[in-house]
Amino acid sequence: MQVTVTVNDTEYTREVEPRLLLIHFLRDELGLTGSHWGCDTSNCGACVVWLDGTPVKSCTVLAVMADGRAVRTVEGLERGGQLDPVQQGFMECHGLQCGFCTPGMMMTARWLLDRNPDPTEAEIREAISGQICRCTGYENIVRSVRWAAGHSAPEATEATEVTA
Amino acid sequence: MMPGMQVPSHVEYERATSLEHALTLLAGPDARALAGGHSLIPMMKLRLAAPELLVDINGLTELSFIRLDGDELRIGALTRHADLLGSAVAGEYFPILTDAERVIADPVVRNWGTIGGSLCQADPSEDLPAAFAALRATVVIRGAGGVRTVPVREFHVGPYETVVGPGELLTEVRVPVLPRSSSAHLKVHRRAGDWPVAAAGAVLRLGGPAAAPVVEAAGIGLTAVGAPHFVAAEAEEFLRGRPADEESFAAAGAIAADHCRPVADQRGPEDYKRHLAAELTARALRQAAARALGEA
Ligand SMILES: Cc1cc2nc3c(=O)[nH]c(=O)nc-3n(C[C@H](O)[C@H](O)[C@H](O)COP(=O)(O)OP(=O)(O)OC[C@H]3O[C@@H](n4cnc5c(N)ncnc54)[C@H](O)[C@@H]3O)c2cc1C
Repeated sequence: MQVTVTVNDTEYTREVEPRLLLIHFLRDELGLTGSHWGCDTSNCGACVVWLDGTPVKSCTVLAVMADGRAVRTVEGLERGGQLDPVQQGFMECHGLQCGFCTPGMMMTARWLLDRNPDPTEAEIREAISGQICRCTGYENIVRSVRWAAGHSAPEATEATEVTA
Repeated sequence: MMPGMQVPSHVEYERATSLEHALTLLAGPDARALAGGHSLIPMMKLRLAAPELLVDINGLTELSFIRLDGDELRIGALTRHADLLGSAVAGEYFPILTDAERVIADPVVRNWGTIGGSLCQADPSEDLPAAFAALRATVVIRGAGGVRTVPVREFHVGPYETVVGPGELLTEVRVPVLPRSSSAHLKVHRRAGDWPVAAAGAVLRLGGPAAAPVVEAAGIGLTAVGAPHFVAAEAEEFLRGRPADEESFAAAGAIAADHCRPVADQRGPEDYKRHLAAELTARALRQAAARALGEA
């Protein structure tokens, strides 16, 4: 069936099978390989993207469920050549080692900061508790998010937020 | 397709535009409601479910609400876990629901998984069926033939089995508000976001003098330990009319443990789960009592 999904502010129309998972739609149909396909069982969180403004595990959402909705992926964090503070934080604080969990971690972190601009370490850990870093680099991930909390987001972030 | 990739088998998909539309679509052969999909899609990947038609009910915003209506709290089937967790009115009247939601899966899964999906999935380790059983909630089911209400204690008829028939939808859960009562849910899990090894929910309505409160009514829900209908009926019966004290709660826990039938699996051996059933029941009762008395 035909679906039209707005991904990072660009509308894409594609013919897909209803059983196609959103993560594969993003990676294989649209070539947006920033979101990672990990455990495939909604446990690891490497595939987290925003659906209508809310983080979801895209290995457990069908692409057809996103028809008419807005998706934001890690590729959509950067604005006009300027990295999101979350991305900068991960650079500054060595928030990634192998980098596999990074896109999902960043999407959840951005969402957390939009709702809670000054989260405690415990709140950050709770927010990412459904996401696994197999390098066990949690200390630096938390530090990266804290760094981002101290550096305001570019204006554009607010503007692109979509409410359900 | 990449090796190791898990993909559901071929399926048709329709998006319901109204409740009536959903019911019509669901009356077709081998149709399944698709809410958050966080139980159904994994089952489809594993071929434990292979419906012919998925009826996406996510557009039915009229099924997404939490409101106090007279002496009942009404929760729409499409309410997301995150919304129930964040609900001030649910937390005020039924802390058991907030306790349970805080430990169901993880924040991202809770953004999308629904209350209705949780109840209809009827996984024997699901947290909410035990919480709603302890609360003696009723559920509302709609079909082409009309509406019926069913006590949640009669809703689950076996593992992964409910009384929802073909062409029907669960539309809401109703929880009675009781005076001088409170509740709690406690769970032991191996790691953040995991299913319970065991969990217990307790609801207590107290009577008698504040210095020596007595149990007027108790509701005890158990999950992951093979309790029939998620209920510890014998322990509830035992408590009625007894002092709301440590001794009664410990005895009730022991009775609950005696009457459940846990099965050994990767989450733990049978005797450990039975031990947890006793301990968690007693602790949940203790916490519910403290809350009812305004001590916690
Ligand atoms: C990683 C992970 C961890 C989890 N951990 C826990 C946990 O610790 N504790 C716990 O309790 N749960 C846990 N869950 C389960 C989670 O709560 C459920 O997956 C989810 O809430 C089910 O809701 P859903 O909306 O996704 O249902 P779906 O997957 O859409 O549906 C599940 C079933 O219910 C049916 N259905 C859905 N809505 C209706 C309706 N309104 N009327 C009739 N039938 C309906 C569907 O047809 C399907 O058969 C976990 C899930 C995941 C993915």
